[in-house]
Amino acid sequence: MSLSCHLLHVLQPEEADNQYEMTSYEGAQARWCPGCGDHSVLTAVQKLLTAEQLIPEQTVFVSGIGCSSRFPHYLKTYGFHGIHGRALPVSTGVKLHRPELNVFTVMGDGDCTSIGAAHWIHALRYNLDLTVLLLDNGIYGLTKKQTSPTTPQGLKTNTQPKGSFLPALNPLAVSLGVTNASFVAQTAEWAPAHLYATLRAAYRHKGTSFVRILQRCPVFTPEVFQAAVQDPARIVLLVHDDGVVTPELNRIYSSQIHHDPGDIATARRLAEADDHIHLGVFFRDQSRPRYEETRKVTPRSPNERMSRLEEEFDRYAV
Amino acid sequence: MIDATATAASPSASTPPSVLRVPEHTVEIVSDSGEGAQKCGQIFAAVSAKMGNGVWTVEIIPAEVQPPPRVPEGASGNRVRVGSGPVTNWGDQTNLVVAFNEQVLLSRHRVGGLAEDAILLIEEMWATSDDPAVVAQWDAAMEELSSKSYRIIRVPMQEQCLTLVDNPRKGKNMFALGVLARIYGRDMDRIRDQIGHAFRKKSEAVYTTNVSLLELGYHWAEQHIDFRIDIPLEPMDTPLVVMNGNEAIGMGAVAAGFEICAMYPITPATSVSHYLSEVFERFGGIVHQSEDEIAAAGVAIGASYAGKVALTITSGPGLALKTEFLGLAIMTETPLVLVDVQRGGPSTGLPTKVEQSDLLAALYGQPGDAPHVVIAPATIEECFHVMVTARRIAETFRTVVMVLSDANLATGVSPFPRPTLDARWQAAPIDLAPVAEGDKPYDWDLETGLSRRIVPGQPAGMFTLTGLSHDEGSKVAYSSGIHQKSSAMRSRKLAVLQSLLAPPPVHGDEEGELLVVGWGSTKGAIEEAVDRTRAEGLKVSSVHLRFLSPLEPGLKAIFARFRQVVAVEINYSDDPDDPFINEENRRRGQLAMLLRSATLVDIDSWTRVPGEPLRPASIAETIRQRVHSGGAA
Repeated sequence: MSLSCHLLHVLQPEEADNQYEMTSYEGAQARWCPGCGDHSVLTAVQKLLTAEQLIPEQTVFVSGIGCSSRFPHYLKTYGFHGIHGRALPVSTGVKLHRPELNVFTVMGDGDCTSIGAAHWIHALRYNLDLTVLLLDNGIYGLTKKQTSPTTPQGLKTNTQPKGSFLPALNPLAVSLGVTNASFVAQTAEWAPAHLYATLRAAYRHKGTSFVRILQRCPVFTPEVFQAAVQDPARIVLLVHDDGVVTPELNRIYSSQIHHDPGDIATARRLAEADDHIHLGVFFRDQSRPRYEETRKVTPRSPNERMSRLEEEFDRYAV
Repeated sequence: MIDATATAASPSASTPPSVLRVPEHTVEIVSDSGEGAQKCGQIFAAVSAKMGNGVWTVEIIPAEVQPPPRVPEGASGNRVRVGSGPVTNWGDQTNLVVAFNEQVLLSRHRVGGLAEDAILLIEEMWATSDDPAVVAQWDAAMEELSSKSYRIIRVPMQEQCLTLVDNPRKGKNMFALGVLARIYGRDMDRIRDQIGHAFRKKSEAVYTTNVSLLELGYHWAEQHIDFRIDIPLEPMDTPLVVMNGNEAIGMGAVAAGFEICAMYPITPATSVSHYLSEVFERFGGIVHQSEDEIAAAGVAIGASYAGKVALTITSGPGLALKTEFLGLAIMTETPLVLVDVQRGGPSTGLPTKVEQSDLLAALYGQPGDAPHVVIAPATIEECFHVMVTARRIAETFRTVVMVLSDANLATGVSPFPRPTLDARWQAAPIDLAPVAEGDKPYDWDLETGLSRRIVPGQPAGMFTLTGLSHDEGSKVAYSSGIHQKSSAMRSRKLAVLQSLLAPPPVHGDEEGELLVVGWGSTKGAIEEAVDRTRAEGLKVSSVHLRFLSPLEPGLKAIFARFRQVVAVEINYSDDPDDPFINEENRRRGQLAMLLRSATLVDIDSWTRVPGEPLRPASIAETIRQRVHSGGAA
């Protein structure tokens, strides 16, 4: 009689008889600045959704606040554009209640590593099956050029005009330090093939897959990754069958390391290395417990609940 | 009468005890932490309720988790008010105390909660201790207690218990229970049953020992206590359940069909999650302990957005932290139920003590115009039912419902009629009919502001929810017209809800000299004070509000029928006689401020923040003063 116990059943996907095209996932016209790295992430995500044939209504993009957090508006899926720093708790709630949904979380560097840092650490530990994208351009863009935790030391901003005071926070090293983290990767928006391959590996990983995407802000920090964009020798690809392999990039990025993502010690060493930018899957462990599995409970019908509640009242009967 | 030097009164077996017949009596059992006074008090209260007395129990909790022994601040136990009819509040002063040492007894004396003629039963082993320091403490305590007309009765608890067990520290509570059972004529079979229930996870030997100690105490009292107290029984036909307000909220959450409670530990709200953590999975629900208060709100909102209404529970400091998320839920019309079990504030304040000072923060704490529903249960029974109401309103009106309980309800234990369950409480009013192409997520009905909720998974319903100003289609829209319209739609829902409410009933006559207005846990104490002063001939009535937003209708008309209206609350207000305080700068209680602004009636304010529930006697006194002064301040 009640809808509540049938809710999940009713909303199960029907047999997909239609083929989804890239355009099936297009939402509003993206309004980011020309040349913003967000555009290429959006394209890679749409490509991923198409390749995986994700059912749009079974897919939710959750974001916080910032330039990158406009992301859900530009997709034709369900979206949740919430508050600054708090995308991950919302994603946790969605996934806990509706584990059958594909849940993506999109955050900027201020969102994830500053105001939302507590949630970032704990989401990695919960290890729900979420795909988490950190769009890291090292600057607050929407509020116009303030220092973020990942702003390079010395870079002049509106809040630290003499140059950012502190060494930049290393999101990979932090993530790799969290107990029960199960997937940590880094890619760059100016290497679309690598970006796409990394997103696909992240999506296919069961557990929280954390992907730091290096990207340029053409308005406020055009110089930050300029050297790496112009000189591919500054980039080292981490290749492994269990991570990402991008043979089409071999000619551009000849510097490669065969890195087994199961090797956490090497992953941490590579994450700390500042001589080169490493792109690839640093760490992956499919065996880590996932919170939604750990907390799985048998659903009960309203009538079952009511009869059990009568037993509870018996316990408290005078 | 001071009887500190003599050992217990020893009436000869032939002298029948004197019987004191009273409509109510308040009993305290206090010990060091870990000596079991609470278990003794709980069983005494449960059996009293089963026999047909009204009961209201409050816990006496030490400030520390493991306080040292024999210090006043370590007092641990229960305070049980037992009455002939229903007991709706903790009452005034304590009439009888059983204390396991003189230091915990002193603490009860020092808080001023003992009646002038209270009977004190005190473990006497300390008077003859081998340690001269302990004897000196005993003597000093007896000297201090002699300032009142207490009747002090020395009880050889240790000596008696040693005849049965090697370690009386674990048995005195049952001996004390036996003494109380004899004094108050409690049914021993029911007590044995209750002991069996309390020790159901222990061995048969434990049960047998405890019952032997109980009987030992009973027989000791039979021979050595020269009085009995008779509180006439008025058994009710209806089956009763007994629990505290936080357990009632937890059970109410189950009855209402919630499936997730997201929380972060905070006193005094947390025990709701303790209860739910124990039982919720059997009902298909989970308690999610988040990394912080903010995340708890976020998880609840995410779950609610995904199709089920979630619950988050907190107390004042946590309410402050959740504020931004509450604004988001209101702006995006995402149903959410938040329970705030209020404690003393501001800041960390009085974590374990009652206060009603979150009202304005609950109503107006969110920046921007953020209309939402605020309701307050007035009794432990209402703590159960309010959860069903809250969920239904949250879903029907697509809004946030805040439930304001407090530490008084959270820790008070009192029986109430066993609820008759209704499976419809659990039905989710989510319209899962197919979404047609072009259907909008905020398709506001222009008259009521209500709109259909679309949840992820529904084909053709895809939209991006946003906390930015948005139009019917959830498209970001900064135009003044859209913001005016969407603000009106969110606000209108409160007026629609109010149109469904009835004016609150008046306790007492419909008109008179003075009307007392209250909200939340003070209902029992206020109505008892009104009844007492009405019995003295005063023309006083009271009204108790459950809805704070929207307010219940018809208040102005009710207020107009009384010469004076005073709001009585447990929050701070300036005393008009204090230095610098005048009519223009006087800060009134929070309900008084709310009602004055809503009705333009000159409502006065009488509030106290003693860190404990209001006593009927203090409310009655302010009623008398106001009636006799005729409203002249």
